[in-house]
Amino acid sequence: MPKLTIDGSEVEVPAGYTILQACEHAGIEVAHFCYHERLAIAGNCRMCLVEVEKSPKPIASCAMPATDGMVVLTGSAKAVKARKGVMEFLLINHPLDCPICDQGGECDLQDQAMAYGFDRGRFEENKRAVRDKDFGPLVETHMNRCIHCTRCIRFLTEIAGVQELGATGRGEDMEITTYIERALGSELSANIIDLCPVGALTSKPYAFVARPWELAKTESIDVTDAVGSNIRVDSRGPQVLRVLPRANEAVNEEWISDKTRYAIDGLVRRRLDRPYIGRERKREAEWSEAIELIAERLKRVPGERIAAIAGDLCDAEAMFALKEFFTGLGAASFDCRQDGAKLDPRCRAGYLFGTMIAGIENADACLLIGTNPRWEAPLVNARLRKRYLRGGFRIAAIGPALDLTFQVEMLGNDGNVLNAMTADHRWATVLRKAKNPMIVIGQGALSRADGARVLGTARRIAESCGLIRDDWNGFNILHDAAARVGGLDLSFVPGPRGLDTSGIVAACKSGAIEVLYLLGADEIDTSDLGAAFVIYQGHHGDRGAGRADVILPGAAYTEKDGTYVNTEGRVQMARRAVFPPGEAREDWKIIRALSGASGRPLPFEELRGLRRQMWEKHPILAQADVVTRAAWGPFGEAGPVDAGPFEYPITDFYRTDPISRASPTMARCSELFVNGRQQAPARTGTDG
Amino acid sequence: MLADKDRIFTNLYGRDDWRLAGAQRRGDWDGTKELILKGRDWIVEQIKESGLRGRGGAGFPTGLKWSFMPKESDRPTYLCVNADESEPGTCKDRDILRNDPHKLIEGCLLASAGMGVHTCYIYIRGEFYNEAKRLQAAIDESYDAGLIGEDACGSGWDFELYLHRGAGAYICGEETGLLESLEGRKGQPRLKPPFPAQVGLYGCPTTVNNVETIAVVPTILRRGAAWFAAIGRPRNTGTKIYCLSGHVNTPCNVEEAMSISLRELIERHGGGVRGGWDNLLGVIPGGSSVPVIPKSICETVLMDFDSLVAVQSGLGTAAVIVMDKSTDIVKAIARLSKFYKHESCGQCTPCREGAGWVWRVMERMVEGNASVAEIDMLLDVSHEIEGHTICALADGAMWPVQGLIRHFRPEMEKRIAEYRQAAARQRQAA
Amino acid sequence: MSTTAEGPSFEQPGHFEFTAENLERANAHIAKYPTGRQASAVLPLLYIAQEQSGGWLPRAAMDHVAGLLEMAPIRVYEVATFYTMFNLRPIGRYLLQACTTTPCWLRGSDAVVEACERKLGIGLGGTTADGLFTLVEVECLGACVNAPILQINDDFYEDLDGPTTEALLDAFRGGKPPVPGSVIGRQGSEPVTGCTTLLEPSEDPSIRHSREGGESRASGVRSGSPGAPLPRG
Repeated sequence: MPKLTIDGSEVEVPAGYTILQACEHAGIEVAHFCYHERLAIAGNCRMCLVEVEKSPKPIASCAMPATDGMVVLTGSAKAVKARKGVMEFLLINHPLDCPICDQGGECDLQDQAMAYGFDRGRFEENKRAVRDKDFGPLVETHMNRCIHCTRCIRFLTEIAGVQELGATGRGEDMEITTYIERALGSELSANIIDLCPVGALTSKPYAFVARPWELAKTESIDVTDAVGSNIRVDSRGPQVLRVLPRANEAVNEEWISDKTRYAIDGLVRRRLDRPYIGRERKREAEWSEAIELIAERLKRVPGERIAAIAGDLCDAEAMFALKEFFTGLGAASFDCRQDGAKLDPRCRAGYLFGTMIAGIENADACLLIGTNPRWEAPLVNARLRKRYLRGGFRIAAIGPALDLTFQVEMLGNDGNVLNAMTADHRWATVLRKAKNPMIVIGQGALSRADGARVLGTARRIAESCGLIRDDWNGFNILHDAAARVGGLDLSFVPGPRGLDTSGIVAACKSGAIEVLYLLGADEIDTSDLGAAFVIYQGHHGDRGAGRADVILPGAAYTEKDGTYVNTEGRVQMARRAVFPPGEAREDWKIIRALSGASGRPLPFEELRGLRRQMWEKHPILAQADVVTRAAWGPFGEAGPVDAGPFEYPITDFYRTDPISRASPTMARCSELFVNGRQQAPARTGTDG
Repeated sequence: MLADKDRIFTNLYGRDDWRLAGAQRRGDWDGTKELILKGRDWIVEQIKESGLRGRGGAGFPTGLKWSFMPKESDRPTYLCVNADESEPGTCKDRDILRNDPHKLIEGCLLASAGMGVHTCYIYIRGEFYNEAKRLQAAIDESYDAGLIGEDACGSGWDFELYLHRGAGAYICGEETGLLESLEGRKGQPRLKPPFPAQVGLYGCPTTVNNVETIAVVPTILRRGAAWFAAIGRPRNTGTKIYCLSGHVNTPCNVEEAMSISLRELIERHGGGVRGGWDNLLGVIPGGSSVPVIPKSICETVLMDFDSLVAVQSGLGTAAVIVMDKSTDIVKAIARLSKFYKHESCGQCTPCREGAGWVWRVMERMVEGNASVAEIDMLLDVSHEIEGHTICALADGAMWPVQGLIRHFRPEMEKRIAEYRQAAARQRQAA
Repeated sequence: MSTTAEGPSFEQPGHFEFTAENLERANAHIAKYPTGRQASAVLPLLYIAQEQSGGWLPRAAMDHVAGLLEMAPIRVYEVATFYTMFNLRPIGRYLLQACTTTPCWLRGSDAVVEACERKLGIGLGGTTADGLFTLVEVECLGACVNAPILQINDDFYEDLDGPTTEALLDAFRGGKPPVPGSVIGRQGSEPVTGCTTLLEPSEDPSIRHSREGGESRASGVRSGSPGAPLPRG
């Protein structure tokens, strides 16, 4: 632990700290642009120069290791003069277009210029003009503003794992570019907008939309996948204008996927903003009429003939309310597994990402089974890459060809490969010999007809290859739906003699189920639900609403307080940023109203009351932000897996749920990257 | 004056055979095996005792540098020879590469043996196409003769030597820029620490030395450190190839003793200043990166590290650019500003932005289209650039400008005044 | 030469592949570097690609090199645009590279450039209509004691002035490129009036380790003046 003196105070810092880190440790901020704690050190902006005794030149503090006995002066005349000089150079070719720059108000350069800038310029020459680049539908460029910190290049190369952006030319002609004009082919591309310390890279969909000081900022949770990325929702009046990442080391570090960030323009399109009645011809209705109609119907139908399916974006509160209400009616047919995945609700350890996302960094071997993490959970994929870059991490996959951002050994696309893992497959040996082996099972593998045996086989692999120890859990289910784990935790699954998703659909067709309640369920096959009376509660006029007899307009994730449990089993709270549009209401309130009209009022009148009951019955949900290790136990089915290929659950990353399907921005991405105007995902550099 | 018998580069002008046979006739490759067998420590000790300082510009003691290489290494270690000679005014390595390539090759072997290195890359600037061809031929000859390769010279030392051509970038002459380039990237200098001796080529311990530094090693080892150390002055020992360019009657390269006086050097070998000594305006004594010195200093200064530092200039590469009184000194320096602007790698803010700024102001200074206050501004800006970057290119870019202002400020002011007068006359006429 | 494809438009070939012979040369370069470090060969491979493409580097060639070296194409573009010796647009058969940095400028590089411009009717960066010459300005070529220098393709022509430059261009245009080097008869970097050093036929005293058979004595270099130099005008 080196001890050094910074601005007169002695500080002891962990070995390996740079001077800049040591300064931050001591509570002294050092201005910087190129330095970013999650990126490789470039040391090129020179803004973080400090004076170090016995060194004739000022030192770039971001790159210099702190050593014992060092005497650092961050505010000496020499250091400040050096930094003022750097600031002047940064500004000479920077257009002073702050009034029309989207970065204005949240610009590092603007902020630092307040501290280190002159009140007038000495530069009398012409400013440099740099042609703007087309980086695709998400990232807008204003290259005149670029200060060449190379954060964007480093992010895409190191973290996103796509080597597409570089700096061509040299000297003052150096330009940040893809050289061959192309959209950035990464699901994480827009993080470079956050990283850009100036307004060179800004958000294309958000261009000229708002100033940061006009925005209400709400800390919340993302629902576009099961990672539960921590986000900040920025809104003005009734509309969500942008989503930014919040740092959470355990989950998303400080990145979010492009879908998390940009699906939000789907929040104001195809919205269900008032109740509708009618199967073929839908008409607008009043809430009272719609509620009455449903209540009447429910009164006439016995409990075993009603069923409910919860969708992928549901908050736990709504699912809990619906489950309570319908159980009270005698229903047993519930399911939250729209895709028919044979997840086993009996054992929590059997449906969680047990290693945890941050835990990936401790693994040394990983077997992917029927999962494409790059599309199912881009941030899990980023974490796998992060681990991969450190070396000593072998990754193999069973399933169709993959284009990940790291090297993967493809073992074949056949169930028999999985069977061999419980026997003498060489990768079984790899797992057994590894210190911390992990397997990741995707929903594609579990929604096969023999999904229960896939799960059972995975359990046997885990048990036979030493994945389950007191100090290590290498068994991982990778979910792709934000609501799934919450639904399983709430037992939103068939009760005794109840039907699962496919059973419910079949029973609707046969007439055995007469009333079907779709709580935001848009991913099931609604083409033949027979004569069933279908209620759709949700926020978008998507697949589920189309077939409904009654539509009850609910709230999207940005419009309600709700609990979500991510793939790790981490309970997190989303918060309301704006009100639901029009007549739409928070979902649990709709169900509460319905229960009242049906003469079986749920015993809570406010969210707090609902939560208290939910926590009482499902204590696991009471522990926000904490993940407790679930007990290992039996799950899945015995017996070998069928031969035959696996399929990945997501065929279009940009359009996976009602919100993203309504998003014009996601549609543009999909057209570009998935439907092939540009070959993407880009070929990745897997050399590290 | 250095006696011919004390000259190392006896084929400097290429009048003799550059090939192995010729080289051996001139004494190269003589007893190389025995020198290697004296051991690593002996070699480094000899170089230390000789007082040899790096000939690439910075003048770092060579033996000391070599001693930074790890004694034991579980990774490969490398010697990289910097033949990216691009400092304006400098063309000494070119003569070694084309006329005395075997001195360099033998030097590579001996230096490598001294540092426990088995692999050496020579990084030659891309424009030296013919020099590279000749050097490659000499390397091939050496392999064929068993002088290098496995069991080089029968010494038991395995030694591989490869030639690598650059492609037009001055910055690759910076040692870490060179390593980046050699690894297949843009030649952008690396942050130090870590230093190449710990983390160099391919992340392995590496020493980077200039061509001339390496090429004098065999002779030092053969004739003894004391012989080399006796030439020149303490701390400034040995012989040196000087490049005399610009306004001398007979521009040339010449090997002379370190610490020869500048005036003697110019008059004896350069045929004197064009138009006579009194026609001298100033000299850039060590390649474009060092500050210009006016005639008054040129009278007495010695050509070595310490003397030139004492007059706020530097020996650099010992490339003497002579300017007579006909020279537009502002333009001469402005052209160097353009050079540095062109060669800045673009990494560091002060250099990327500042080099172009300084050049543009200098261009206006050439016309006189500036204000006197801008001379001070230029100086201030140059100090904001100097010392604030990863590598020394920016320092070298600013020193010429600082030297100009230090010694020729009246000329700059005069020009500004003239420009203003002319402008005023024009306004009156209009 | 320059970074991006500014200037008049030109066609990028759609395909590039090394000839069998060039592939062999490329592999010989790759073999110089440790396994896994094949990216080190990017400069030599780009040279070969440029040579095969007639003096310039089409994008398809860069992509081909990227593929061979398992580099991301952008990393190759970065390299190709960083180093000045890669031409990213077609050039004339003879690339005239006039050094105008201070040491050459002091010795009259302006006259060399002017002679080129006048003789060829093009400016810096221009190519003659017959596609024979492209004229560019370059930075210090490292032959300053033989200034001014004009590099034509791979060869240096030294000690030029206006008239000798024009004569040089005539020779090239006439299909008879002269032998590279000094145009005033200097052999190398020695003073034009004759050597001031290395005059004594000297025994090389560096030879201490006399070998068996007493071979390898220094022959000593001969003194004497080089071929009669032309006086500079």
